Amino acid sequence: MDKSITITIQLFAEYRENRFKVEKRVYASGTTAQDIIDELGINEHEFPLGILMVNSKHEKDEYILQEGDVLAFFPEIAGG
Amino acid sequence: MSDKIYRIDMNKLSFKIENVPEEWKALGGRGLTSNIVANEVDPECHPLGPNNKLVFAPGLLSGTTAVNSGRNSLGAKSPLTGGIKESNVGGTLAGILSKLGVKALIVEGIPKDDTKFYHLHVTKDNVDFIEVPELVGKDNYFVLDSMLEKYDKKVAVMSIGRPGEMKMVTSNISVKDTQEKLRSFGRGGLGAVMGSKKIKCITVDAEKYKEVTVSNPEKFKDASKRFTQTLKNNHTTSKGLAAFGTAALVNVINGAGALPSRNFTNGNTENAEFICGETLAENIKQRDGKTAHGCLQGCIMQCSQVYNDKDGNYLTSGFEYETIWAFGAHLGIKDLDQIAKIDALMDDLGLDSIETGATLGVAVEAGLIEYGDGEKAYDIIENELAKGTPLGRIIGSGAGNLGKLYGLTRVAVVKNQSMPAYDPRAIKGIGITYATTPMGSDHTAGFTVPVNLSQADNRVDPLKKENQIDLSRRMQVQTAMVDSLGMCNFIARPMLDGPKCLLAMVDMINARFDSKLTVDGWKNLGKTILKTEKAFNLKAGLTNADDRLPEFMRYEPLPPHNTAWDFTGKEIDEFWNF
Repeated sequence: MDKSITITIQLFAEYRENRFKVEKRVYASGTTAQDIIDELGINEHEFPLGILMVNSKHEKDEYILQEGDVLAFFPEIAGG
Repeated sequence: MSDKIYRIDMNKLSFKIENVPEEWKALGGRGLTSNIVANEVDPECHPLGPNNKLVFAPGLLSGTTAVNSGRNSLGAKSPLTGGIKESNVGGTLAGILSKLGVKALIVEGIPKDDTKFYHLHVTKDNVDFIEVPELVGKDNYFVLDSMLEKYDKKVAVMSIGRPGEMKMVTSNISVKDTQEKLRSFGRGGLGAVMGSKKIKCITVDAEKYKEVTVSNPEKFKDASKRFTQTLKNNHTTSKGLAAFGTAALVNVINGAGALPSRNFTNGNTENAEFICGETLAENIKQRDGKTAHGCLQGCIMQCSQVYNDKDGNYLTSGFEYETIWAFGAHLGIKDLDQIAKIDALMDDLGLDSIETGATLGVAVEAGLIEYGDGEKAYDIIENELAKGTPLGRIIGSGAGNLGKLYGLTRVAVVKNQSMPAYDPRAIKGIGITYATTPMGSDHTAGFTVPVNLSQADNRVDPLKKENQIDLSRRMQVQTAMVDSLGMCNFIARPMLDGPKCLLAMVDMINARFDSKLTVDGWKNLGKTILKTEKAFNLKAGLTNADDRLPEFMRYEPLPPHNTAWDFTGKEIDEFWNF
């Protein structure tokens, strides 16, 4: 399968440092959220992944990306 | 020296210093204020009448070297909710009361002559009652500066502004912080209770005293070190809160579709990027402010900040997520500087920024203000509310009362207290907290959000009903104890990382008081506090029918998830089965 998909990646808080706020990117069909996490180096960062949302809903790392998805990555939250 | 109870009678303008009754010795902070209110205040009394009391109590660990232990509780019957209230604050008060050996400061009665306001000055053996005609009609910063000029920078200062004098239920009590700025006993209209007692300000001088004793200093030091380490090991308490403040939650809650926008008609706001913690931090850096700032001595989280305007002049500090939500998403102001100006104005006047902002958001539906009109919001607060005009009185009466006056049904209150910045239709755990906490809707009473919005396997799905009751109960029991220790509520996050944080706190209590508290004992104490508060509310006439969210949330699903509030009354009442 070499069909490609376009997704939007949103980064928040510390994840924006030396990266970006929001980008549209093209990936091969079958790409998972974990692949994006690895590509962005999020788990190597000193701020481990707090929340992954796809289209405003929680998803696990193994989620397979679909055309048009909006992925949002947040570090852990506290406060209130 | 053992701690004492300082009892002030405003009717006779007299005071007594009493020994601590045996049954209060193991209590502090919220556990103590709620106990005293439940024991001494007639639940059926008028909150602004002679039979209500103000009860100030530092936490069990306040005044010690434990980090983040400087919260002070204040209890009373609330004029906003008609039920029991505990509100707590940072700043310097808890440390100074502890240093003076004050277990609790109880203020009773109302002066016979209601034309005068008083300043109370509390020292080791004395309480002065000073008439202060020159402070009447003035606001918090004027009072604070006058007191700092009169005494020195180390006294604790508590005060009310004009809304408190006018006994508005949106008024709070302000407390000096470590930087000569203000923090607040924010919720429940307790400024009105202080106003009803004709007290403009209270100062506490503990300069020559250090009554905080620790039975076993070595054990305390060890436990305190372990406690600090758990905060340092969690990235939110070691770095995240200092970098972005609580406003980091704007994008998170908006991203989760749970940011109440346009008066609870949408879970997303178009303003998020303008008002979020990331933008706040960027502005601070560009304008030579400070992103990391503590409200109390010994704070290592530093969630507060110094927020300057474009010219580098100080605008505000303690610029909180909930304030930004109320004015930014709920009322729709997208200019963060405008919200900061309003925040500073509310600090000076002594207004609950959640209740005031929530009311102005509802005022859009009443046709009193346009969505997004920051200038008008500032003008209403400065020229109507602060001056007590009829419109100002309406806004100053809170969202619930405004809704009744204008025949509105979309009014997000529980027990007449406005719901803060998390929509319970999209984060259902917090909805159970809003419904059941004896405080009226209050996110801090059992903050389920980090568990509802976690990536961890034990996450409780925010959109489903399963396990929300258990989660809210667990968080409320824990919070009742955290509030009793004088600990900052934000230690809830490291408490989720494992048992070490809680164990270290239990060990600190035992080392300080030579007691034998266990983790189970801790939980039981938390449960007892909640039940004591609930029992007071029942006697005050608040029944299970008041443990409900507003009806519109049942028939208006919230976009983008389009979920409604779907807990039955019977299901909610299960909360109290413990």
